[in-house]
Amino acid sequence: MLTYLAAEGAKEPHNPIIPVWEEIVVGSVAFAVLCFVLIKFVFPQMEKTFQARVDAIEGGIKRAEAAQAEANQLLEQYKTQLAEARTEAARIRDEARADAEGIRQDVLAKAREESDRIIAAGNEQLSAQRESIVRELRSEVGTLAVDLASKIVGEALADEARTRGTVERFIADLDTTAGRR
Amino acid sequence: MISQSTVLAAAFPPSVEDFYLPSILPWNQHGYWFTKITVLVWVAVAAIIVFFLMSYRKPQLVPTKKQWLAESLYGFVRNNIAVDMIGPQGVRFAPYLTTLFMFILVNNFFGILPLVQISPMSHIAFPAILAVISYVMFIYIGIKKHGIAYFKHAVVPNAPLGILPLLVPIEIFSNFLVRPFSLAVRLFANMFAGHMLLLVFTLGGFAMLSENVWLAPVSVLSWVLTIAITFLEFMVICLQAYVFTVLTASYVQGSLADEH
Repeated sequence: MLTYLAAEGAKEPHNPIIPVWEEIVVGSVAFAVLCFVLIKFVFPQMEKTFQARVDAIEGGIKRAEAAQAEANQLLEQYKTQLAEARTEAARIRDEARADAEGIRQDVLAKAREESDRIIAAGNEQLSAQRESIVRELRSEVGTLAVDLASKIVGEALADEARTRGTVERFIADLDTTAGRR
Repeated sequence: MISQSTVLAAAFPPSVEDFYLPSILPWNQHGYWFTKITVLVWVAVAAIIVFFLMSYRKPQLVPTKKQWLAESLYGFVRNNIAVDMIGPQGVRFAPYLTTLFMFILVNNFFGILPLVQISPMSHIAFPAILAVISYVMFIYIGIKKHGIAYFKHAVVPNAPLGILPLLVPIEIFSNFLVRPFSLAVRLFANMFAGHMLLLVFTLGGFAMLSENVWLAPVSVLSWVLTIAITFLEFMVICLQAYVFTVLTASYVQGSLADEH
């Protein structure tokens, strides 16, 4: 270091504000090389990448927006369909209820009619039977009474007309006693 | 240790000659073609080129870590300097401004890189080249945009007629004479002073130690301060690279502006 300083000391002292021309040449060439390589090969690539990235992002956003819009549209559509289905279901339910009520009324009316018919038929049959029984009983009672009377009295009541009158009278008596009872 | 410090102390106080190291080829001779300084410039250029080419060999939409770093460097200058200062058309100048920024930053950084610790930018030749390029560039852009009327734009401010005789010389002086010098000298002087400061504190420690062993604590303090100043230097390095680039962008903006 000392020898270096000594060697330097022999020469003109440096002035730091005066540029050294060799350094200007070296610096210019070096900086030119740097500029050439970076400006020609690196930064245009970067701009291209930036642009591609912007495109990719914008494209992505656009796609997302489209998908969102489609989804919204579908949702709207589904909602409308759902509402329609609901009203439809309500309508069907109401109809079914009305139908059921109608059927019930029909069945009831039919059943009532049937029972009325059965009752009427029964009544009719009963009165008919009663009628025939009464008629049978009446003749039987007459015969029995006459038999009994003839047995008790011990004589044959030959006179038809008289007998008939007696029997009629007896039965009328029976009827009145039965009616009174 | 003592003998070494004696040798180093011989160089104390540091002088301008400490900035002019002997030539490497031919070894230890007087010459400037192949010195530590010029080697460093080439190393810086090579490092920047290799870094950008390596990290941008196969650019991808989703960047790798390296690619991201390269992109953020370019993106920083592009968006925060070129577009901010010049406007949308500043993108055109972003490649040059980024190159400028990287070149200054890396060369400045040699000032605090351990074992290197001298910045080529502390030799005024390199800042001067960059300043001249900026100077020529902003004048060329101005003429290209406005024709010869650019000079009228540049030196005649929007002011009352009466005051123009005073303002026009000032504008000529500041725009066309001072600008290149201020650019070059600002960068050079910062790097020069930074290196000088580091030298003073490092060599000063050795000088005191060789003078009197009892001064050892002060020497240690001096070296600790060297480390502190190195951090300060780091700030200055980034700031000066930024300032040079911003000012160039601002001059370009002035040339492109339609009216004052």
